[in-house]
Amino acid sequence: MRLTLRIWRQRGPEEPGALSVYEIEDISPEMSFLEMLDTLNERLILRGEEPVAFDHDCREGICGACGMVINGQAHGPERTTTCQLHMRHFRDGDTIDVEPWRAAAFPVVKDLVVDRSAFDRIIGSGGFVSAPTGSAPEAHATPVPKPVADTAFEHAECIGCGACVAACPNGSAMLFTSAKVTHLNVLPQGQPERESRVLDMVGTMDAEGFGGCTNTGECAVACPKGIPLQSISTMNREFLRASLKNGGRGAR
Amino acid sequence: MALATRTDTGHERRPGQKRKPPRKPSFIGSVWRSTIGKKAVMAVTGLIMLAYLVAHMFANLKIFFGPGDLNGYAHWLRTLGEPFLPHEGFLWLARVGLLASVVLHGVAAYQLSRRDLAARPRGYAHQRRRASYATRTMRWGGVILGLFIVWHILDLTTLTVNERAEPGHPYENVVATFSTWYGNTIYIVAMLALGLHIRHGFWSAAQTLGAGRPRRDRALKLAANGLAAILTCGFIAVPIGVMSGVVS
Ligand code: HEM
Ligand code: FES
Repeated sequence: MRLTLRIWRQRGPEEPGALSVYEIEDISPEMSFLEMLDTLNERLILRGEEPVAFDHDCREGICGACGMVINGQAHGPERTTTCQLHMRHFRDGDTIDVEPWRAAAFPVVKDLVVDRSAFDRIIGSGGFVSAPTGSAPEAHATPVPKPVADTAFEHAECIGCGACVAACPNGSAMLFTSAKVTHLNVLPQGQPERESRVLDMVGTMDAEGFGGCTNTGECAVACPKGIPLQSISTMNREFLRASLKNGGRGAR
Repeated sequence: MALATRTDTGHERRPGQKRKPPRKPSFIGSVWRSTIGKKAVMAVTGLIMLAYLVAHMFANLKIFFGPGDLNGYAHWLRTLGEPFLPHEGFLWLARVGLLASVVLHGVAAYQLSRRDLAARPRGYAHQRRRASYATRTMRWGGVILGLFIVWHILDLTTLTVNERAEPGHPYENVVATFSTWYGNTIYIVAMLALGLHIRHGFWSAAQTLGAGRPRRDRALKLAANGLAAILTCGFIAVPIGVMSGVVS
């Protein structure tokens, strides 16, 4: 395949940045999008140019590191992560635009790499359960009904890639936060922090400068793990319930 | 937590200094400060206005039964609740409630919109068409509705901008409004904007207030579209009636 790539190049957080054009040939349709970028980088290095910086780790769709916006869509045209997107979904001769996640809370570090540590701080503020340490508890000690386990698992699938924030016109982290709130708040193990979790995580989310939800639905379309849009409604319900119960006071 | 392992996250204290009790956040304050809470205020005030509009729309249709019906209804509204309420007491309660709703709704919309725009300071070079028309026009559509509300009150409540209007004769005043081209245009454009606002707004309010469920989604969207269509058609029926001479 022969492609024209227009890739966002930015030397550092404070540098201006712009789209640079690269012509690339001999791309196999079986390559993943990241392998295509690897090929480009090898050729750039041989030419003595700076390779394109992008984040990646597992390359099997489970770590969430490889986010980038391809032709205006987070992770590109398929519902999957960029590392699992293959070049066969593009046509020979295509021009492909590659940009970093755009959100005030995700500053660009370099080229396509953004700083997603705001997500870590949201998780740190409530995305956990309190459990006594020591030997593993007996698996049947806490019964979990099947539908509850299914809901929890569906939401535990979130890999924190940030596609929801990148796709949202308001740079909102509601889908991400709601995935963790729903995952833990439906489980019996999550009950002790049921109120403080949602109040603190929403508080951190707001403090990190993410936008609000206008129910545009872009996030759920972009999510490679299929977290449903209605999870935000679940988080809203949990938040309003906790505010009524706790007067808006979290654990912190 | 055991004292030995407790980490104090509060302010550093000098020995002997008393710990200041943390200020208890109020329910209203913490709701208004958070993005979710502020949106919930928008949803509740929006639904209050929506409920009012449904009643208003059905009342307007009385115009098709002649001046006696509509003017009689207007008189009844002013005496409603007497003798427990003073003359026009119910009317003023409704007005105060609606004014509070529209102000809270507008202020929350403004503050949230500012925040949303700041959270996405830079867009993508490669743009795609996003979301439905109704969803994309909530902000400007809302501004149109706000301006319409002002004009509408000056036109048919205070009668300031309505030439040939007489206090106490709503039927005749409505006919006067819809006998001008600009009266019809402003009103019909605003009602189309209202339909769009409710099409997204009703479903959105359900999400905001936590009533959204994957299996309920279709029903909620259907209800939103139905409400939007009924309100828009019901309101527009009046200027059409006047223009076509059915009401005169
Ligand atoms: C002062 C004029 C108005 C302005 C500036 C305004 C603006 C807005 C905005 C910006 C939204 C949020 C849209 C979104 O989240 O995508 C909204 C939502 C809404 N509006 Fe309005 N609007 C106005 C008047 C009205 C009126 C007259 C009604 C009565 C039917 C109404 C009903 C609603 C409802 C039900 C929502 C949904 C709330 C939610 O998303 O939770 N609005 N409005
Ligand atoms: S590299 Fe881990 S999800 Fe793509």
